[in-house]
Amino acid sequence: MNTVLKTAHISFDGLDQEDVVDRIRADFPALSLTVNNHPLVYLDNAASSQKPIQVIERISRYYSTEHSNVHRGVHDLSQRATEYYESSRDIIRDFIGARSRTEIIFTKGTTDSINLVAQSFARPILNPGDEILVTHLEHHSNIVPWQLVCQQTGAELKVVAIHDDGSIDYDDFEQSLSERTRLIAIAHVSNSLGTIIPVKRIISDAHGLGIPVLVDGAQAVPHMQIDVSDLDVDFYCFSGHKMYGPTGIGILYGKEQFLEKMPPYQGGGDMIESVSFAGTTYNDLPHKFEAGTPNIAGAIGLGTAAEYMNQIGFEFISEYEAKLLERATDRLSQIEGLRFIGTAENKASVVSFLLRDSHPYDVATLLDKFGIAVRSGHHCTQPVMSRLGIPGTVRASFAFYNTMDEIDVLAESLQKSSRILFS
Amino acid sequence: MGPKATISEVGEEIVEEFNFFEDWMGRYEHLIDLGRSLSLIDNQYRTDDYRIRGCQAQVWLRASFQNGNIVFTADSDALITKGLVALLVRVLNNRKPIDVLNADLNFLDKIQMKEHLSPTRKNGLDAMIRQIRLYAVGFMQTSQAS
Ligand SMILES: Cc1ncc(COP(=O)(O)O)c(C=O)c1O
Repeated sequence: MNTVLKTAHISFDGLDQEDVVDRIRADFPALSLTVNNHPLVYLDNAASSQKPIQVIERISRYYSTEHSNVHRGVHDLSQRATEYYESSRDIIRDFIGARSRTEIIFTKGTTDSINLVAQSFARPILNPGDEILVTHLEHHSNIVPWQLVCQQTGAELKVVAIHDDGSIDYDDFEQSLSERTRLIAIAHVSNSLGTIIPVKRIISDAHGLGIPVLVDGAQAVPHMQIDVSDLDVDFYCFSGHKMYGPTGIGILYGKEQFLEKMPPYQGGGDMIESVSFAGTTYNDLPHKFEAGTPNIAGAIGLGTAAEYMNQIGFEFISEYEAKLLERATDRLSQIEGLRFIGTAENKASVVSFLLRDSHPYDVATLLDKFGIAVRSGHHCTQPVMSRLGIPGTVRASFAFYNTMDEIDVLAESLQKSSRILFS
Repeated sequence: MGPKATISEVGEEIVEEFNFFEDWMGRYEHLIDLGRSLSLIDNQYRTDDYRIRGCQAQVWLRASFQNGNIVFTADSDALITKGLVALLVRVLNNRKPIDVLNADLNFLDKIQMKEHLSPTRKNGLDAMIRQIRLYAVGFMQTSQAS
């Protein structure tokens, strides 16, 4: 359960939503940038979000007056750095509702977390003919680590089908489960289409058959309150940089019962208890998985980012982002020849689309001229693009600091781009 | 017919043409029109052998050597890239290898399109220019050997 930080809401009393967003925007220096002579409209949040001044200043303060290596020194600075680093772990534990701080491993990010589980959890238990289950929607980061471990062990990667609207085919999921399934690895939210996957149901069905589940939460954590205990998920992975925190830091949540049994992923300092050439004994959780000097500033900044999100509150975030999505869907559907890619009923605030027969690159290039940052291409999800028979999409992804006006600017600029491209 | 315009003369011609437009929208519309009028690469050459991988957009480029000059045909699947490809073909087509190698492509800067040549754009243009130069070097060696 998420407990500690529930109370720390910024006082938004008496402010309407627009004023709240104005206040929030003032925290993000990058949002006042000018790009190509236009005020920046930043709609590439799914790739990486901008950072609030609180996070920036926290990192700056750490490097200015609090820096030393962690876990090693008896001196005051080292003690302090360790304290902040470890208290950030507590913040994250609470942020995702984990039971124990030993279940929170600092990694480089989602990709690193998934690779850790592939090598340290999956590899030792996989035998030839065993199966790992993913879906057709996955990010390459939730495909390639499993392909690697399959090559190493002779296991097979099985892929759950999706419907044309970007939702997963639940019948196919159920049929894909077999007595050889050793692990299910699935996104919580699709980064290219925005589909929210019913992971709670998947986890419960999988557990019914004794199969553990890893959830790639990279695109979920920025948008919704995650409670790993309530989900009963076995591994949950996410990145700091998509949730208003620093790059190069992320989290692997793992149930203690699994983490305890897993061998270390990398060897080095901090992960050991004692080393001799006769043999090495490993440190306790979570340090067993944090070899070498960690990204201390990143971890501390991530804690601040989580606190920042807590202060805004997930109630506001979900409610407001749903409005942004609704507005975008409404405005963009009025553009002639615009086709949405990914129309599942349950979606995070992401719209993927194509404009007539134009190449996503052209649309993104023209939008950039209007100061709008969107992403074009396959979004590291080539399998889903080939499944839908398209080379890629234009993707606009929204954060709680985006405004309704920005969505109107997007729609108007798309109209103008359409005129430039098809006049 | 007078003597053929040099590469820099054609470049200047393009700059004047683009100067006619007041804003970037006009310039991009014109660029896209130019791309549309580019004679497409023959379908048999629209293959991986002639493809320049750009990640985002793809470019196809073929060169042949005729009467001491290089003849380029090219195409792209994105319109903006195709327009830029058309401009490059317009200045560099039917030139001696040495002229292609020494070509001054500053006109792209003057029409404010140079940003598209950055390798970080991943649109294949930067790789296309490298490929054009490689062809020029190759044909220069061929012609010297014979
Ligand atoms: C769904 C999903 N999984 C994994 C990743 C990889 O995250 P990172 O690059 O931070 O490791 C991303 C990032 O784009 C993503 O969207």
